[in-house]
Amino acid sequence: MDLYEYQARDMFEKHGVPVLPGIVAETPAEAKAAAEKLGGGTVVVKAQVKTGGRGKAGGVKLAHSPEEAEAAAEAILGMDIKGHTVHRVMIAAGAKIAEEFYFSVLLDRAERRYLAMCSVEGGMEIEQLAVERPEALARVAVDPLTGIDAAKAEEIVDEANFPEELKAPVAETIEKLWTVYANEDATLVEVNPLVRTEDGQIIALDGKVTLDENAGFRHEDHEALEDKAAADPLEAKAKALDLNYVKLDGSVGIIGNGAGLVMSTLDVVAYAGEAHGGVKPANFLDIGGGASAAVMANGLDVILNDPQVKSVFVNVFGGITSCIEVANGIVGALETLGDAATKPLVVRLDGNSVDEGREILAAANHPLVTIVETMDGAAAKAAELANS
Amino acid sequence: MSIFINKDSKVIVQGMTGSEGMKHTTRMLASGTQIVGGVNPRKAGTSVEIEGATIPVYGSVADAMAETGADVTVLFVPPAFTKAAVIEAVDAGIPLAVIITEGVPVADTAEFFAYAQSKGTRLIGPNCPGLITPGQSNVGITPANITGPGKIGLVSKSGTLTYQMMFELRDIGFSTAVGIGGDPVIGTTHIDCLEAFENDPETAAIVMIGEIGGDAEERAAAYIKEHVTKPVVGYVAGFEAPEGKTMGHAGAIVSGSAGTAQAKKEALEAAGVKVGKTPTETAELMREILS
Repeated sequence: MDLYEYQARDMFEKHGVPVLPGIVAETPAEAKAAAEKLGGGTVVVKAQVKTGGRGKAGGVKLAHSPEEAEAAAEAILGMDIKGHTVHRVMIAAGAKIAEEFYFSVLLDRAERRYLAMCSVEGGMEIEQLAVERPEALARVAVDPLTGIDAAKAEEIVDEANFPEELKAPVAETIEKLWTVYANEDATLVEVNPLVRTEDGQIIALDGKVTLDENAGFRHEDHEALEDKAAADPLEAKAKALDLNYVKLDGSVGIIGNGAGLVMSTLDVVAYAGEAHGGVKPANFLDIGGGASAAVMANGLDVILNDPQVKSVFVNVFGGITSCIEVANGIVGALETLGDAATKPLVVRLDGNSVDEGREILAAANHPLVTIVETMDGAAAKAAELANS
Repeated sequence: MSIFINKDSKVIVQGMTGSEGMKHTTRMLASGTQIVGGVNPRKAGTSVEIEGATIPVYGSVADAMAETGADVTVLFVPPAFTKAAVIEAVDAGIPLAVIITEGVPVADTAEFFAYAQSKGTRLIGPNCPGLITPGQSNVGITPANITGPGKIGLVSKSGTLTYQMMFELRDIGFSTAVGIGGDPVIGTTHIDCLEAFENDPETAAIVMIGEIGGDAEERAAAYIKEHVTKPVVGYVAGFEAPEGKTMGHAGAIVSGSAGTAQAKKEALEAAGVKVGKTPTETAELMREILS
């Protein structure tokens, strides 16, 4: 889960990372009040979106009075930045910046450890810095068993060539940022820029944090950071039903078991769709291992409520999952829906109890259900039905 | 022959007495696996009857190993307790630990992987179906009745795609099929399995299944080019996955332009691996090679 800047700021503050005062606002009036609360002087009004490049898009404005902050918020709220609508701004205290640096620590999947990156050249996009001036970006491996202790922080600032007088204060900040990373179960903590102010303070001016959702069980406070309002309504419904669902743009609804097989099903449908007007999958939905008839029925309910869906492809290879449960789930869901069910279903079952599962569907003999034996054949049928 | 497990593997189950543990211990026993014990500190000294077999429960992995000579452990332990259970197994000196659990925090995995590596324990998983050497040993949750022994080696990030591919090629059969798991950090990689299959005289050809996220497939492609002389066919899932969305597996995510299925397919093809557009087409490619 990616956090908004204001959430990252709050998290930094909680762990003692030096940040500037900042208040989040959802209306121009709130922005004005926030600017007043910050002393009525110069503030920065920053769009809160989970994407980069907001400065260039006009999503960051300097305001010299609460009235200017109100006007800036008026201009920024509702703005579209790379497909993200701005619903909140952060009013941040102004600072006199002398220098900008860069720091991040993240999960290095390939090396199966962590990677700290640091540069005395901050402010620009890190991808750009890595390409244009790789020698200016220190990359220091971090052992998961030891993390970033004082010695490792010192190594990082040495590698990044900080001037002597800044090494100690920057290293101290890096140690605190590691506390954020480790104690909050983050997979990314990035500060860009990390700044030195004219009065000599080191401050994390803008932060990006990604949290590991698998660690949610030991962070009760993390659930409140989720932006439920921004979620797609079908995704929200699926989540409430504990289903693993991702909304896509196409017209063939997909249900399967196991993340790999469902991803594969999306691809196979898109491939088959090339011969049927370019139809594409409408969603990813994994009912998981050992799913019951009820889970199957919940899945169908979500997908049949998607107005973009024109046909549905149920693709199950029963390992733990029994095809009997899948078939009963389909029959049960169609009974519950009655006349409300209007979209054709193509079903391909294999594996655990496949014969019994196919018999249940055959006996129900529902006019909307077509059984196809192979995955590729079923994908072609579902694509054809979505295009007719 | 086979890789990692065979008929002599002596397997203990951490978390055996839980509901998932019991269900899958029963299945593993039914498929001929030598299950020699379970581990549960609160039930040490008791035993469990499963389909006519009496499986003793030990208080620790170390006790279980000392009593039974176990050389493999499989873990059905909830995510919050997985790290402690793996570290216990590593400290006991077990050569192979197979971690089925889904939902382990990645920081825990990074930590216990680093620890296991320093002590010489091979980890498979987490978030994986485990591995099967058909007709000999089945460690994890793979259905044993899909196919029998044969000459194909299989390595996959996905459980159900493993089952699908075993089903497609059921008439030929498999030396060993390894589900390495879909988490961002896993113990045994595609490369580890490719190396083991290359060295296994019973494996004639290899199917490698990958998916979006990370660069394990690209690395495997480079490895194949350098070190693998046996034919390899590949399949990659996730061409239709949008950027920035986790597709079921915690590790299955395209980040910016990194981790795409297209890049993985191209890397494999550049290494001379034939890549199928669908699982069925991939199986056909394997058939052509073996015919």
